[in-house]
Amino acid sequence: MANPTGIGASVRRREDARFLTGRGTYTDDINRPGQTHAVFVRSPYAHARITGIDAAEAMQAPGVIAVLTGADMEADKVGSLPCGWQIHSKDGSPMKEPPHFPIARDRARYVGDAVAVVIAETREQAKDAAELVMVDYEELPAAVTSLKALEGGAPLVHDDVGGNLCFDWHLGDAAAVDAAFAQAAHVAKLDLVNQRLVPNAMEPRAALGEYDRATGEHTLTTTSQNPHVIRLLMGAFVLGIPEHKLRVVAPDVGGGFGSKIFHYGEEAVVTWAAKKVGRPVKWTAERSESFLTDAHGRDHVSHAELAMDKDGNFLALRVATIANMGAYLSTFAPSIPTYLYATLLAGQYKTPAIYAEVKAVFTNTVPVDAYRGAGRPEACYLIERLVEVAAAETGIDKAELRRRNFVPASAMPYQTPVALQYDTGDFAKNLDIALPLVDYDGFAARKAESARRGKLRGIGFATYIEACGIAPSNVAGALGARAGLYESAEVRFHPTGSVTVFTGSHSHGQGHETTFAQLVSERFGVPIENVEIVHGDTSKIPFGMGTYGSRSLAVGGSAIVKAMDKVERKAKKIAAHMLEAAEADIEVKDGRFVVAGTDKALTIGDIALQAYVPHNFPLDELEPGLDEQAFYDPKNFTYPNGCHVCEVEIDPDTGVVQVVSFAAVDDFGRVINPLIVEGQVHGGLVQGIGQALYENCVYDEESGQLITGSYMDYCMPRADDVPSFTVRYHEDQPCTHNPLGVKGCGEAGTIGASAAVMNAVVHALSEYGVTHLDMPATPERVWQAIRRHTPAQAAE
Amino acid sequence: MYAFTYHRPKSVADAVALLGQFEDPKLLGGGQTLLPTLKQRLARPSDLIDLGQIPELQGIREEAGGLTVGAFTRHAQVAHSETVQRVIPALASLAEGIGDRQVRNMGTLGGSICNADPSADYPAAVVALKATVRTDRREISCDDFFTGMFETALEPGEIVTAVHFQKPDKAAYAKFRNPASRYAIVGVFVAVFGSEVRVAVTGAGPSVFRADDMEAALAQDFRADALNGASVPAAGLNADIHASADYRAHLVRVMARRAVEACG
Ligand SMILES: Cc1cc2nc3c(=O)[nH]c(=O)nc-3n(C[C@H](O)[C@H](O)[C@H](O)COP(=O)(O)OP(=O)(O)OC[C@H]3O[C@@H](n4cnc5c(N)ncnc54)[C@H](O)[C@@H]3O)c2cc1C
Repeated sequence: MANPTGIGASVRRREDARFLTGRGTYTDDINRPGQTHAVFVRSPYAHARITGIDAAEAMQAPGVIAVLTGADMEADKVGSLPCGWQIHSKDGSPMKEPPHFPIARDRARYVGDAVAVVIAETREQAKDAAELVMVDYEELPAAVTSLKALEGGAPLVHDDVGGNLCFDWHLGDAAAVDAAFAQAAHVAKLDLVNQRLVPNAMEPRAALGEYDRATGEHTLTTTSQNPHVIRLLMGAFVLGIPEHKLRVVAPDVGGGFGSKIFHYGEEAVVTWAAKKVGRPVKWTAERSESFLTDAHGRDHVSHAELAMDKDGNFLALRVATIANMGAYLSTFAPSIPTYLYATLLAGQYKTPAIYAEVKAVFTNTVPVDAYRGAGRPEACYLIERLVEVAAAETGIDKAELRRRNFVPASAMPYQTPVALQYDTGDFAKNLDIALPLVDYDGFAARKAESARRGKLRGIGFATYIEACGIAPSNVAGALGARAGLYESAEVRFHPTGSVTVFTGSHSHGQGHETTFAQLVSERFGVPIENVEIVHGDTSKIPFGMGTYGSRSLAVGGSAIVKAMDKVERKAKKIAAHMLEAAEADIEVKDGRFVVAGTDKALTIGDIALQAYVPHNFPLDELEPGLDEQAFYDPKNFTYPNGCHVCEVEIDPDTGVVQVVSFAAVDDFGRVINPLIVEGQVHGGLVQGIGQALYENCVYDEESGQLITGSYMDYCMPRADDVPSFTVRYHEDQPCTHNPLGVKGCGEAGTIGASAAVMNAVVHALSEYGVTHLDMPATPERVWQAIRRHTPAQAAE
Repeated sequence: MYAFTYHRPKSVADAVALLGQFEDPKLLGGGQTLLPTLKQRLARPSDLIDLGQIPELQGIREEAGGLTVGAFTRHAQVAHSETVQRVIPALASLAEGIGDRQVRNMGTLGGSICNADPSADYPAAVVALKATVRTDRREISCDDFFTGMFETALEPGEIVTAVHFQKPDKAAYAKFRNPASRYAIVGVFVAVFGSEVRVAVTGAGPSVFRADDMEAALAQDFRADALNGASVPAAGLNADIHASADYRAHLVRVMARRAVEACG
């Protein structure tokens, strides 16, 4: 009998009733007695020397309690926001790591850089007073784009970082690649831009600092994906508060997409200021502040070349990428265009030699860091666009060219030339499922039908593989991570058989409260209503690393399994004692502890009661209680993979692209809750389509002002922009090294979708001779491309 | 938002009286433009005079063969009005294409035309449908009302009370919307009154304008192909990150063709 709330059941998300009826508790919903409000004074210039700050008038304004600056923080010995990952350049030198103070001290380096903070009785009073803070700026020329920042004579973002170059890194075997290119029958080349994006979580960032004079304890409530990471970074490096006196709480968090992983200056400011003013201090970003100050994503400029033999077999791949870091190094920024990007450049292909060079550049823009997919979408986009160009140039069908070069399932585990070892994956199978699903053979007929209506039609593929889990701590450490990357869990049975699970993962939209509870329900036959998932509070949960990189189930879920293993081992002993049987004879069946071959059985509830009321209990062998903790550090990354196929129609009169169909075939390993997985895929696809067609973060190249600073200009995809998706998955290739066989599904949609859409767009435009278009494929870009390639119209 | 005093008069006369009393008062329509402006602290009125409770400013009625729409009529009310759908269906569908549902449920006809956003939709209808703008003190012809980017012929403190639209023989509006804001990058309203054809273009220029060449061509021969030789020059058109002047000029012709085709 299948457990209706066990593994594989499409249980509806338990948390949704709370969220959909407005009963969630987000950071901004929390109000403390005596609470004050912080508003930041932010630089209106991309680059300026701060020559003086006069707060006298602001201090006189109604309700103002304090105006604090970088100098005040310096006086209190507040440190710089640390970077959690160190990269070394080709020459062995460490990356340049200029200080990043929570409030700028002598120079502002991007529009929105904090220059002072006003603390007042009300938010409006703080805003009013912020306008009265007189900052003397001496405007400096700005380095805005990565390419311009690298040019000789470009303004320096940090005086001691010559050429604005943070690091110049490489991966792979250059000599082997050169040799392969020398042999090539054909080389496909492509220049491409992976444009900058604004993450746009629905809930803006917020932070509430509190200080208890009686105990000396600080509490920070913040919109974070990983409260323990914030506690560690802020406590140890920025404010010098020991862990036992610092509690970090991330309550309900309304979306993160990576942007809430990082330790932001505002968190340190409210924590520090709460002690200074002796009252709680709250800050909540306005949407325009989010645009200016949330870490952005992507922003790569790349050149790529693929060498092939005469049959289209890939011989080697060469990639050079310039990655924009923004003005300072955000928490995990250096890892994104390196170990989360270049290591994925093999994709699903058995390309024997790969060489990648990555230059990371400082510019006068907000820092860039992980954004859903984080490096992997950039890698997938590059490979899959290049493969499509190769197919067009060689005349080999694009599905066939991919199939010819796939790493075969029989070659698993497979060591790529760029450091990763794929454990499982059957890429041909994904394609085999996808082709009939999208009626690939019927494309020509559909194209003809579109043409009758005056429309262009294109079909595009993207196959992707990602490295998730992030990952074994020792591997990550060897690659430069300054933290461990395991996960923690505690499974606590209560005397009457209900359960509380404490997880180091953090849910900000992923549905952990449902999926994680299903794991417990499956294992012990406990109804899901009797399982509570607790996360996000460092005073309750064991030290955990949080949620990013599609890691929650693969790493956090595995930690829960390990804790449940311990519970089960103990429960068996108790059951054996209670049932007067040998421990070896106790079997767990449908959540019941049964003496093999008999009808003698106990439920976990019976056992839990005995564990807490140990009247009939092996006290000389066992401690009372049923409460176990585990940490899980995986052996490898997990490798979700799949095949996405997109079809678009283009109106050549206007250039408007419409996604008419989209199919995603994914291998996420074992699927615990199909409904949630499908939801994650849908959201990811929309985000990927958003990058392909709509989203574009634009700074003015001279002034460094953010032009797309609101939804009037920054285009988010909406429900009516996307078709109804066809989503399929198979479970034939479970992960071999975690106990659940799961791989992760949170980022997959975003990783494959942009490439699939752009391949379809370029395919549709290929009849005009268009071979590439940079994202986003806005109507005007498409129209201009058509016009450039249409002699009659170009002359017009 | 800076602090202000809020007023809710029950008649146009009361609103006019209030306007005269304060230093820097501002009329509040549906608030879809004004409130974001206040939230961003780009304006600092001393007093807000909400027009939402004034019966004279409400309602849609047939008048002299055309339609009179009260200034405080919300976009959704115009879109869903059976009267509008019967008398000037193109006006209903224009209203249905404004912004999103939330904006249509709040934004008003009066607010839209008084704001005279270069990318607003209604100005095209006002001009193409030979409308008359009625205020607390006079009537203004559509050809005189819109005077520039965010500028109208209204005097300080003048309140728009209603707009009277003439009923065309046939009409249609074709809009190319900004994918982000959903305002018009280009909107073309084509209306036929006997032998007269009016082609009003919004979104493309600093203010709504009539495409004379297109009007002449269509008066000769009311078919989309008649527009083949006609165009609007790109010079002087708006340009931003979403659309260059060239692209806008091109879109004017495409949208004009579509509007003509939709006229049937
Ligand atoms: C997200 C979004 C999308 C939008 N998309 C579109 C779109 O696609 N197309 C489009 O056309 N518009 C669009 N709009 C604008 C919207 O439809 C409103 O028409 C517009 O904001 C103004 O109307 P309102 O009633 O909200 O006026 P308000 O914002 O209240 O007022 C605007 C101005 O008009 C003045 N005013 C208001 N009523 C009168 C009156 N009776 N007499 C004199 N002065 C008056 C006010 O004092 C103020 O200066 C959009 C707005 C938003 C926020």
